[in-house]
Amino acid sequence: MKLLVNFSKGKNNAPIIAQVVKDTGILISVERAVIDSSEGEALIEVPDDQCKLIRTSMTRLGATVRLLEHGINLNASECVDCGACISICPREVFSFDADWKLAIAEDRCILCGKCVDACPHQALTLPL
Amino acid sequence: MSFNIHKTIFSFMHKSIDQINERIRDGNARVVTAEEMPAIVRELGEEGALEEVDVVTTGTFGAMCSSGAFLNFGHSEPPIRMERIWLNDVEAYGGLAAVDTYIGATQQSDTLEEKYGGAHVLEDLVSGKSVELRATSRGTDCYPRRTITTELLLENLNQAIMCNPRNAYQRYNAATNTTDRLLHTYMGTLLPNTGNITYSGAGVLNPISNDPEFRLIGSGVPIFLCGAQGMVIGEGTQHSPGGGFGTLMVTGNLKDMSPEYLRAATMTGYGVTLYVGLGVPLPVLDLDVVRATAMRDEDISVDLIDYGVPSRNRPLVRSVTYAELRSGMVEINGEQVRTSSLSSFRRARRVAEELKSWIGRGGMQLALPTRPIDATKKVHQMHESKKGPRVMDIMDRQVVSVGESEEIRTAAQKLLKGETNHLPVIGSDGRLVGIVTTFDVSKAVANPGKACTVSDIMKKKVVTTTTDEAVDIAVRKLEQNNISALPVVDRERHVIGMLTAINLGKLFGGRWLK
Repeated sequence: MKLLVNFSKGKNNAPIIAQVVKDTGILISVERAVIDSSEGEALIEVPDDQCKLIRTSMTRLGATVRLLEHGINLNASECVDCGACISICPREVFSFDADWKLAIAEDRCILCGKCVDACPHQALTLPL
Repeated sequence: MSFNIHKTIFSFMHKSIDQINERIRDGNARVVTAEEMPAIVRELGEEGALEEVDVVTTGTFGAMCSSGAFLNFGHSEPPIRMERIWLNDVEAYGGLAAVDTYIGATQQSDTLEEKYGGAHVLEDLVSGKSVELRATSRGTDCYPRRTITTELLLENLNQAIMCNPRNAYQRYNAATNTTDRLLHTYMGTLLPNTGNITYSGAGVLNPISNDPEFRLIGSGVPIFLCGAQGMVIGEGTQHSPGGGFGTLMVTGNLKDMSPEYLRAATMTGYGVTLYVGLGVPLPVLDLDVVRATAMRDEDISVDLIDYGVPSRNRPLVRSVTYAELRSGMVEINGEQVRTSSLSSFRRARRVAEELKSWIGRGGMQLALPTRPIDATKKVHQMHESKKGPRVMDIMDRQVVSVGESEEIRTAAQKLLKGETNHLPVIGSDGRLVGIVTTFDVSKAVANPGKACTVSDIMKKKVVTTTTDEAVDIAVRKLEQNNISALPVVDRERHVIGMLTAINLGKLFGGRWLK
């Protein structure tokens, strides 16, 4: 499952992700992160059955944690199945099915938004 | 429909267009798509395929920038002779007298810019949405009215005739980008360092690729255009079949079109374009038609071009076939690079299928060209009687430079004395090795650290230009790198001039801008 973790530094600059990995022993994979001097946002992937534990541990350390249920959003009435997005995506979310229809592997999406500008038909949007 | 009947009727090596039309009228014509044709020829042989198949339908659905429509609004009371015309803030041509206009697909909105353009106006009209017409005039004795603003639906127009000067390219070069910068082009988003490849075109289904000799496609030939029955006018602009790049000029009634096959689009950072669905039915008259329509994706090669070079003569990376492009991966220098199509094969297929069903149920008769299209001519480049300004025309030839081992203090003195903000740094062999600016020197003085020579504080990655580079290209380098000066270097990287924002002022002084 994917979690979006927002944290602000200040509380002793505590390393939240590292702390949770150490406390729980659960391996967290960071798929995308933007961190500057005062705050940060990280998109992490965690095992489904331990999602709840990680969420509560991180919240206790002062982070805001949100479960990401959806990947990139495709407006099927705007999409013409051209495939401009296919080679742009760093996670290979997009592909053609046997009938040359655009297929989306939503669970691979890390919401980086690179495809949004690349779509000539403005059919892709980030959820929120 | 049995195979035997075919055999008795067409037991010769030629079919006439009348025979084929008769079969269409009777509902007996065998119609297949150009995608199905190669397998049929493989199975039945060329002669068998000629006997079996009457019509091959083609189709393509992709960005066709050179598109638009003539509109007639009817006269207002009191009447107006429109001189400047906007539809939803997109300017349309006002030189056609009174109440006619031509709206071009790539014209952008005065207010929304690349988010909305002529293509969107066309899609809105075809989708049944109302569009605001705004026009101005100086007023005449016969046409006294000076302004008009009104909401119009497609049904309110007397005529809405799509007329596209350049559609249905026979093939199109594929694109990649070897620079270290992300590019936004009409070939879509090109990732840096050959990160991806984009291409356009329906390959096996492409109309002209199935009739490269233009034996069947020419003036007056009926076609599928955005869901309507349209017609080929003749050769398209920039038609260059001699080099494999034939084009068509086509027309059709906008009122009969469907948004399924007519879609506005925006290529980010480039602008508005129109996706057009277009298909041509090809009557299978003889063995030459069979051979031409048996063509496959593997048989069509295009050049893979480096769009990182902003010139008409972009370098060739390699040649690729549509089969390779459509496989999703193309090898460049031993690496697999992912491809993106900009046109839709799924919709191209739907165009060919829809055309097939029209003809199959007797809804469209075929015709041979009333005037042929030249199958050999080649496009030529623009004749430029005046060359645009080059870097050598405006650059500063007095170059103040500094050696890499000189003290920072020397650099500061030179900057002051030379009244410049940029000092190219020269290595011991006389070649450019870096650049220092007043900012770099000030920083070194304000935060004295270990740095003592110019080479400690210089920027080693220098963006440069050459004497024969067009000023417009040099200006883009300045903008993209957010810098204000470019050293002008020769082949050996000796600095022979400087181009700064101050030099660009010369352009406005006179002889280049009139």
